[in-house]
Amino acid sequence: MSPTQRSLADFGNDTWWVVLIKVVLIFGVCVVLTLFNIWWERRVVARMQHRIGPNVNGPFGLLQSLADGVKLALKEDLTPDKADRIVFIIAPILAVVPSFVTFSVIPFGPVVDFLGQRTPLQLTDLPVAVLFVMAIASVGIYGIVLGGWASGSTYSLLGGLRSSAQMISYEVAMGLALVSVFMYAGSLSTSAIVAAQGDMWFGLVLMPSFLIYAISMVGETNRAPFDLPEAEGELVGGFHTEYSSLKFALFFLAEYVNMATVSALATTLFLGGWHAPLWIDHVWAGANEGYWPLLWFFGKLLGFVWVFIWLRGSLPRLRYDQFMALGWKRLIPLALVWILVVATVRVIALENGFDPRWVAVPAVLFTAGMLVVLLRGPKAPEMPVAEHQGAFPVPPMPIGGAVRGRAEALVFPSPAPTRSIEEAS
Amino acid sequence: MTATYVITAPMMILAALGILVVRKAVHAALLLAVVMINLALVYASLDAPFLFAVQIIVYTGAVLMLFLFVLMLVGVDVSDSVVETIKGHRVASLAAGLLLGVLLVVMIGQLSLGTMKGLAQANAGGNLEALADQLFGRYVVAFEATSALLITAAVGAMVLAHRERTEPKPSQAELARDRVRSYGETGLHLGPLPPPGTLARHNAVGTPALLPDGSPSSKSVPSTLHGPRELEEHK
Repeated sequence: MSPTQRSLADFGNDTWWVVLIKVVLIFGVCVVLTLFNIWWERRVVARMQHRIGPNVNGPFGLLQSLADGVKLALKEDLTPDKADRIVFIIAPILAVVPSFVTFSVIPFGPVVDFLGQRTPLQLTDLPVAVLFVMAIASVGIYGIVLGGWASGSTYSLLGGLRSSAQMISYEVAMGLALVSVFMYAGSLSTSAIVAAQGDMWFGLVLMPSFLIYAISMVGETNRAPFDLPEAEGELVGGFHTEYSSLKFALFFLAEYVNMATVSALATTLFLGGWHAPLWIDHVWAGANEGYWPLLWFFGKLLGFVWVFIWLRGSLPRLRYDQFMALGWKRLIPLALVWILVVATVRVIALENGFDPRWVAVPAVLFTAGMLVVLLRGPKAPEMPVAEHQGAFPVPPMPIGGAVRGRAEALVFPSPAPTRSIEEAS
Repeated sequence: MTATYVITAPMMILAALGILVVRKAVHAALLLAVVMINLALVYASLDAPFLFAVQIIVYTGAVLMLFLFVLMLVGVDVSDSVVETIKGHRVASLAAGLLLGVLLVVMIGQLSLGTMKGLAQANAGGNLEALADQLFGRYVVAFEATSALLITAAVGAMVLAHRERTEPKPSQAELARDRVRSYGETGLHLGPLPPPGTLARHNAVGTPALLPDGSPSSKSVPSTLHGPRELEEHK
């Protein structure tokens, strides 16, 4: 029996109420992750910019995104005069539904005892689960593209156009990065891919694929520095310029759930999914059993989300032609060459009977070469440098040098007790 | 299978009919997407998961997205005109369609199929593995020939669309100099175009700016969004 069939046999045996609970749990996890990620992003970016960030509502300001969400939902819902009404309403729904659906094939953990039933911590699995995720994600982009078109505004239209071009370009690089994982796992089902990474993560042996996937997943989710469809410096808000209230909230939700989805997929494909990191399971055998894998899985997922936030906090947005050149002239050719390398090593390993994990050696070399290709920018044209006069009025440096770390917490002196209205009257 | 079919088949037929009826090209493209996704669902219910994923990725995700890309550039309010531009066009296309239908019916009627082996036997080693075995085993020559054909088509499209630049790209300084020169020679306005909404009742992107005599300025609104009809409305 092939590993695919063995792991796929665990699925499709659940009773209906277990399936229902799993669906509700996945929905809840996605929504809570979104609320948490918004708060986390604001706090981390604030730290990077010497600010404090939301810290008033709830412990550590955790309830800030909930309050913002409620406020957003209660705002006036505007529809522009020139909008195509039906498509204008369908678009945000089309963006948000697929982002939730893709989570159904993500493995959160192994087979566990779930309320007295033996069931895997995963809603379902398919023999083509990874392709399913890519297919559903491509439907989600329709929401953005149609939202941009239906708004009847130039900015939105340009945002939608950029989004469609971006999605087509970066999905190619993403798909090519996944091919080597499929070759090594021998399957396209997510649970089988996780099972194949029991002793070695694909992120290590297939490092170039991991890098290419990591770059293209940022492009695929429209996050900084690749957030060209909503570049506020050029397009106001891009595809969601004309959206307000709940419809805008749906786009926002879709973006954050997509961020979690691609992070979960990266964890599953490259970082061993729910397997314990750093060989913890060699010291403590129980690390990969029961509900503990949930901890490793969400730890890795949040690690990816942190990288997303870090990128947003530190990198400027790419120019559109640079972005397209990166995708088509660098990432796709590199991915194609890497597939050839992997296939060659795999065939040699299979025919001569040595460990296919030796691919790690060319992987490291290829990664080094790839970084050289990616980081080497075009030669800057020689510009005449103006003579510095030293007379430009620059504000003085703050006392004690440049600001480092988080800003000082604001402390408000407690107001002097005042008489209430009843006492006054 | 039956439940999926009962839901998807009427939806597909309705959407396909809708493509013929709707006026806006983008709506037709959307309905085509509905047909394609429902078709994918039928594949999924018929134990062909790989075909399901590929149908959505390739047709809905890539091909139709390119259609949309082009349609969106045409403009928001462009609807199909019902005026016949070529004489006898309608009758000719009806006749051609009927002929094609008759041809298909006659062809399929004379076709004889071998005995069915059933899904279970076709998917015996796993759907994906069985498909790969067929593609890279029995039909490998046809598969490679098709891919060579596709690559040739892609290269051909690039060759036809590519244009060598015969003169160096003008720099920003040169563009500015040309603008000032044309102002000096022909009096062409030197500054930026009037922004939408200037002196008008709204400042939305679609509201044309008003000129000193009160007439709307066609230069202030992008032509992809608004034709001459919309300009008249704002008078």
